[in-house]
Amino acid sequence: MSNILKGKAWKFGDDISTDHIAPGRLFHLRSNLPELAKHVLEDADPDFASKMSSGDFVIGGNNFGLGSSREHAPTIIKLAGVSAVIAKSFARIFYRNAINVGLPVIILDTDKIDATDELELELENGILKNLSKNEEYNFPPLPRVMTQILSDGGLVEHIKKYGDFNI
Amino acid sequence: MPQTLAEKILSLASGKNLKAGQTAIVPLSLAYFQDGTGPLGLRQLEKLNIKKLANPEKSIFFIDHSAPSPRKELSNDHMFIRDFAKSTGAIVHDVGDGVCHQIAAESYVRPGDVVIGGDSHTCTGGAFAAFATGMGSTDVAIGMALGKTWFRVPETIKVELKGYIPRFVTSKDIILHLIGLIGADGATYKSLEFCGDFAEKLPMPERLTISNMAVEAGAKVGLFASDNKTKQYLAKYGRENDYKEISSDPDAYYEQVITIEVDKLTPVVACPHTVDNTKPVSQVKNIKIDQVFIGTCTNGRIEDLRYAACVFKDRKVKARTIITPASRDVFIQASKEGLIETILKAGATIMTPGCGACVGVHGGILGDDENCLATQNRNFQGRMGNPKGNIYLSSPIVAACSAITGVITDPDEFFGN
Ligand code: SF4
Repeated sequence: MSNILKGKAWKFGDDISTDHIAPGRLFHLRSNLPELAKHVLEDADPDFASKMSSGDFVIGGNNFGLGSSREHAPTIIKLAGVSAVIAKSFARIFYRNAINVGLPVIILDTDKIDATDELELELENGILKNLSKNEEYNFPPLPRVMTQILSDGGLVEHIKKYGDFNI
Repeated sequence: MPQTLAEKILSLASGKNLKAGQTAIVPLSLAYFQDGTGPLGLRQLEKLNIKKLANPEKSIFFIDHSAPSPRKELSNDHMFIRDFAKSTGAIVHDVGDGVCHQIAAESYVRPGDVVIGGDSHTCTGGAFAAFATGMGSTDVAIGMALGKTWFRVPETIKVELKGYIPRFVTSKDIILHLIGLIGADGATYKSLEFCGDFAEKLPMPERLTISNMAVEAGAKVGLFASDNKTKQYLAKYGRENDYKEISSDPDAYYEQVITIEVDKLTPVVACPHTVDNTKPVSQVKNIKIDQVFIGTCTNGRIEDLRYAACVFKDRKVKARTIITPASRDVFIQASKEGLIETILKAGATIMTPGCGACVGVHGGILGDDENCLATQNRNFQGRMGNPKGNIYLSSPIVAACSAITGVITDPDEFFGN
């Protein structure tokens, strides 16, 4: 997780739900995640999945990821190649799921970021650079437990490593 | 230190004296999956080469979200779940048994339990004074395997319900009102603790509706103290021995206190596409409704079907109307009471107990620009299988009256004096 993540910003609004990210009508693809990932966030922006590039960032508003507990949502965001989700706030289950699957989630005021801005993330230092605007934003570190799980590469890797919770 | 309900339940379960903000590893009383989230969890266990569960008799798989299966891919997921349960000794509730949270309420959840479920509405169990919360597939799978999980003990918002409720206003209207008031993220990460003289009067089914929707305000749990009503409900299902009295301490610390005078409430409707977009029914009446859906873990219980049958008696529905009992038990009870006949004669239809139309897989997918009035807990865009559909949420009484008229209807006007 030490490398610097770099990519373009894709802007979404407030209250992006897990139904926007991985809708129920695609339930039958839940055991085929690479296929489901081709539809990621489709109901919020039909062009996103086909036009984004690996490394890009998903930028949300308030309460990103509200709704269902479906872990498929952060999983396919990660699988699509998104570097991190950055939002003003996150729904609880999505936030914990994202960490568990190794998808960085960052809380900061996303009003400063515009669509297509070039971003560079230094996760460990808590710094997001907006290269297009020549700005730098700081964000608070994750809770300790989550830093541990994320740096192990997610919860499965964490348990693989320790055989138990080591928090 | 005086404790909130959340602090108390987690302390009792972990044997530690916990307070809000602390992180603890807590043993689990129950862990469950539904068919949409189970397969991903089981694949995570495969990666870890885990083939044994800590407590198979406390590990349950519910086949409810796509039941009966509408597609071969989902049928294969169901087979995967059944095979895993067979090899580990976990319990399966198969097609037709009903929605996970309703069966959990009827048969499994006990006061003082710590419950995790691979479904966000696992918080329904909070009505029993159980710390019941939804988690993702990996958390639940590892919880099942190890018999424990980690929690950060949440801060608590106390919600006092006071007074006498007007006619045609239900606990669904109370919780919709609260979510409208504090917003869909108004309780993010928090515990909602419901109390007050009206909360004490509320029967269990109505408490279940309120706890069920705690997550729609972002909450981790929605808790009621256990009392005589809890005891009666458990006794109804032959579980009186599961009763334990659990309440918060008088001087516990609450981050915020919200008082709702239920006398002042009117029926509430949540409008598309967020649950906190609430309006009094009087402000949205006469909106045309194409489909009415009465069912789900929120409002698919026998009491809800009684409301529907009472409204439907000797009347005909104008809107396409789908009724889905939340469980097999509810279905059996409804047929004994003659409700099924009343519902069918009114021109509505009945579906297999389970999630049905709620989650957009099958059983009532909306057409483009269609309006649905549903008794479920969520109206997000695309929720009922079509991002071009519009979902309104209400109590079963408002839904039933609106089914008859074909437009959103205030029950007060429907019944007059
Ligand atoms: S009835 Fe709806 S809300 Fe309840 S568990 Fe099923 S899909 Fe989820």
